[in-house]
Amino acid sequence: MPLAHIMAAGMGGIRTSGDLVAWMQMRRKMRIAEAKRYVAKNLGIDLIDLTNEEVMYQLRQDLGIGVVTGVPGDPEGIVAKCRIAQLLGISINSVDRFVSSLSFLKGSQ
Amino acid sequence: MKGDKILTRMGDGERVWMAIEQAREDVALGSQDAGKKGNIAELCAEDQERLLAILAEPGRIVSVSPGEEVVVTDDGAALILCSGSTDGGSGLAIDRQPAILAYERTFAPDTVSTGIHDYSFKPVKAIMSNERQAYASTVLLTTAPLFYGSQPNLGLYFQPDGPHPNPAELLPKGDVQGARQSQEEAAAHLTRDMVFVGESLYEMGCEGLNFDTAGSAGDADFYAALMAIEQLKMSAPNMAIEVGMAGEFVLGMHGQIVYRGERLAGMFPHQQVKMAEAAGADIFGPAVNVNTSRSFAWNLARAVTFVKATVEAAGIPVHANVGMGVCGVPMCVETPIDCVTRTTKALVQIGKIDGL
Repeated sequence: MPLAHIMAAGMGGIRTSGDLVAWMQMRRKMRIAEAKRYVAKNLGIDLIDLTNEEVMYQLRQDLGIGVVTGVPGDPEGIVAKCRIAQLLGISINSVDRFVSSLSFLKGSQ
Repeated sequence: MKGDKILTRMGDGERVWMAIEQAREDVALGSQDAGKKGNIAELCAEDQERLLAILAEPGRIVSVSPGEEVVVTDDGAALILCSGSTDGGSGLAIDRQPAILAYERTFAPDTVSTGIHDYSFKPVKAIMSNERQAYASTVLLTTAPLFYGSQPNLGLYFQPDGPHPNPAELLPKGDVQGARQSQEEAAAHLTRDMVFVGESLYEMGCEGLNFDTAGSAGDADFYAALMAIEQLKMSAPNMAIEVGMAGEFVLGMHGQIVYRGERLAGMFPHQQVKMAEAAGADIFGPAVNVNTSRSFAWNLARAVTFVKATVEAAGIPVHANVGMGVCGVPMCVETPIDCVTRTTKALVQIGKIDGL
């Protein structure tokens, strides 16, 4: 059943920009239209391309925010989310805790 | 279509050929029923015709147009890969973490979620350290937001499952005051457990908590969830909270519980959302019941009417609950995709939802 909903009306998750729009609803309580406008603006693309796989796959790879295919060495998981938090200008709990766990690295490089 | 008939279903999933005029009448009657019960506006004639057009589309699967897509959240959808038939699961011999990652990367949902198969806060508390470990290791691997879902499920706090006297036993004896007092004490107990679980997961980086099926044991159950949201928004401000309701109508098992000056018993979705919003919830999920004896057309029109009123009243994103037997989806174990996709399309295009 979830697959039917996703195919009929979902944003496309990490195939496109669905996770990014979801973050704006979760972190800023944005309604769908506002969340889409915010993400499109931060990505520098047209609204209609938010769900355009042909545009979003390359853009996600260029930005290092994770793609749906397995690309060895490319950011995914928490590293991709660190970049997403920065890209969207939001605070993500998992990211904040992950970054603070690396605080011992400050000044060591 | 075959002549003047469309291939559609009943609320229990039975396939039927229905005259288009009958479907039109059922759409009108379903919307009227919601309007009357909820004291809300019925769908206008134009919306009713749009809904009829969606029902009559010839394709087996239908969808929204490009640009109309919405966010999809869930209540443990990834777990259906590894759960059993009672959850509609496929029973694969894999653990939750690979199930979640497979769901994220092959189904392409906008968010993913985890939880335990019992899916209630009370049993989670007893295995909190396991759940902290599972969440902490999974959240490092997911790119999409990872929710933790569970039901308030106040019923588990009453005897013989819990410590509090059972209102279902007290009420037949005429002990109304005792039943109310028991529910109030149980609700306080439940709130403490939800806050404990929420705060414990927050320490593990929890990105979102889903209070699923809130209000299942009535107004005291809903109240406990609202109080937990209030407290968690203070102690865990960086964690989103989604509230999905148990039904279209908050049952008055207590009858006198008030939240922020409003009596919870008898609230419909457009009123429930204002309570969730006041408590600090980030996303609200209305649930509209399905009548299995009525047609899919009747049920969907009714659901869209309730959901549209909820979206108009809301100040936060509204993600309609669209599981089996909810918001128009027929009540049968293997939900028919013709109905599931028509429900989705109607709720997006006419109900104007922010997500599912």
